[in-house]
Amino acid sequence: MNLTLRIWRQAGPRHQGELRTYKVKDISPDMSFLEMLDVLNEQLNAAGEEPIAFDSDCREGICGTCGLMISGEAHGPEKTTTCQLHMRSFSDGEVITIEPWRANAFPVIKDLVVDRGAFDRIIQAGGYISVNTGSAPDAHATPVPKRNADRAFQAAECIQCGACVAACPNASAMLFLGSKVTHLAELPQGQPERMARVVKMVDQHDAEGFGGCTNVGACSQACPKGIPQDVISTLNFDLRTALRGNR
Amino acid sequence: MAVTGLVFVGYLLLHMYGNLKALSGEQAFNVYAEHLRTFGEPILPYGGLLWIVRVVLIVSLVGHGHAAFALWARAGNARRTKYAAGKAALRTAWMRWGGVFLLLFLVWHLLHFTVVKISPNPDATGPDVVNNPHRLLVASFQVWWMTLIYVLAMIALALHLSHGVFSAMQTLGWTNSAASYRRAKLLGHASAVVIAGGFLIPPLAIVFGLIQ
Ligand code: HEM
Ligand code: SF4
Ligand code: FES
Repeated sequence: MNLTLRIWRQAGPRHQGELRTYKVKDISPDMSFLEMLDVLNEQLNAAGEEPIAFDSDCREGICGTCGLMISGEAHGPEKTTTCQLHMRSFSDGEVITIEPWRANAFPVIKDLVVDRGAFDRIIQAGGYISVNTGSAPDAHATPVPKRNADRAFQAAECIQCGACVAACPNASAMLFLGSKVTHLAELPQGQPERMARVVKMVDQHDAEGFGGCTNVGACSQACPKGIPQDVISTLNFDLRTALRGNR
Repeated sequence: MAVTGLVFVGYLLLHMYGNLKALSGEQAFNVYAEHLRTFGEPILPYGGLLWIVRVVLIVSLVGHGHAAFALWARAGNARRTKYAAGKAALRTAWMRWGGVFLLLFLVWHLLHFTVVKISPNPDATGPDVVNNPHRLLVASFQVWWMTLIYVLAMIALALHLSHGVFSAMQTLGWTNSAASYRRAKLLGHASAVVIAGGFLIPPLAIVFGLIQ
């Protein structure tokens, strides 16, 4: 496959960036999107140019480090992470625009790399849960109904990639936040601090400069883990309960 | 935003029901219009209930608009660098610009039927038209561009409701499972069809000569 790539280049956080056009030839349809970028970077290195900075770690769709806006779609046209996206999802001769996640709360560090520390600070604001330390309890010591266990598990699949923010027209992080809140709200271990946690996490979300949710649903469509929008309802329910004073 | 939106929905259902009385003829429609004003007498003064409803609606409109513009401004601040290849912003445009269009329509609608009572029909003017609700209604929708404005407004309303009703349920935390989420989505589409469709029946009946 031969492709034309329009890639966002930005030397540093305070520099002006711009889209620059590159060509790559003989790309295998079985390469991952990041391998295709590796090929381009080898070309750039050989030509003595600065390679394109982008994030990745596991390259197997579980760590949430990678994440690119590919022709206007977070993680590209498939429901997966950028590292698990393959070039067969594109057609020969296609022009692909590659941009970093755009949100003020995710400032660009270099080229396609953004700082997602805001997510860590939201998690931190949530604080601890009260569980006893010591030897691991028996697996059946705390019964959890299957429905709650399944929903908690689904919410816990969030890998903090940030695609939901990137895709959201409001640049809101409510899907991420909803998945974290729902994950613990569905489990007995999450109950003691449940109400205090949701208030602190929402406050931190707003302080980071994310936008407000209007339930558009672009987040769930972009989410590589398919986290459903209903976790945001649970977040709203808990927040309302907490604000009524039942902390 | 959710609560005020649902206040509108409740009002729209009543309003639509009232409009459908036009199908029962001039007498039934005008008696209904008068009854709205005498409702609750003598505990309430003449037109009292109508004013209570109006105050609730005005307060809701201010609250709804305030929240809408605050969210709009927040969204603008949360992403100052836009995507070069983004379709993201389109997803809220029809809610936001559609809402602004509905606001403009509301001003026009109130001028037309409530505050000034304008008859756009050159063949039917004068006090005996504008002071007779049924005749003003019929005369208005015999004019093609008036019908067009109302049809466009109802399309905008249907779009606004199909997202808005679902969104309100979600905001209120009533969609905490896959099943209730699907029901809320369905309710959004159903309310759009019922309300916008119901409102369109009298004007279209006039256009096609079923009401004269
Ligand atoms: C008068 C002008 C209006 C404006 C400017 C306006 C604007 C908006 C905006 C921007 C939203 C945010 C929704 C989003 O982006 O997801 C919204 C939500 C909503 N609107 Fe309106 N709207 C107006 C009139 C109406 C009317 C007449 C109704 C009643 C049928 C209505 C019912 C709703 C409902 C139920 C919601 C959802 C609330 C929520 O999610 O919490 N709006 N409106
Ligand atoms: S909710 Fe989905 S899109 Fe958002 S951070 Fe988690 S995994 Fe990524
Ligand atoms: S690199 Fe780990 S999810 Fe893509």
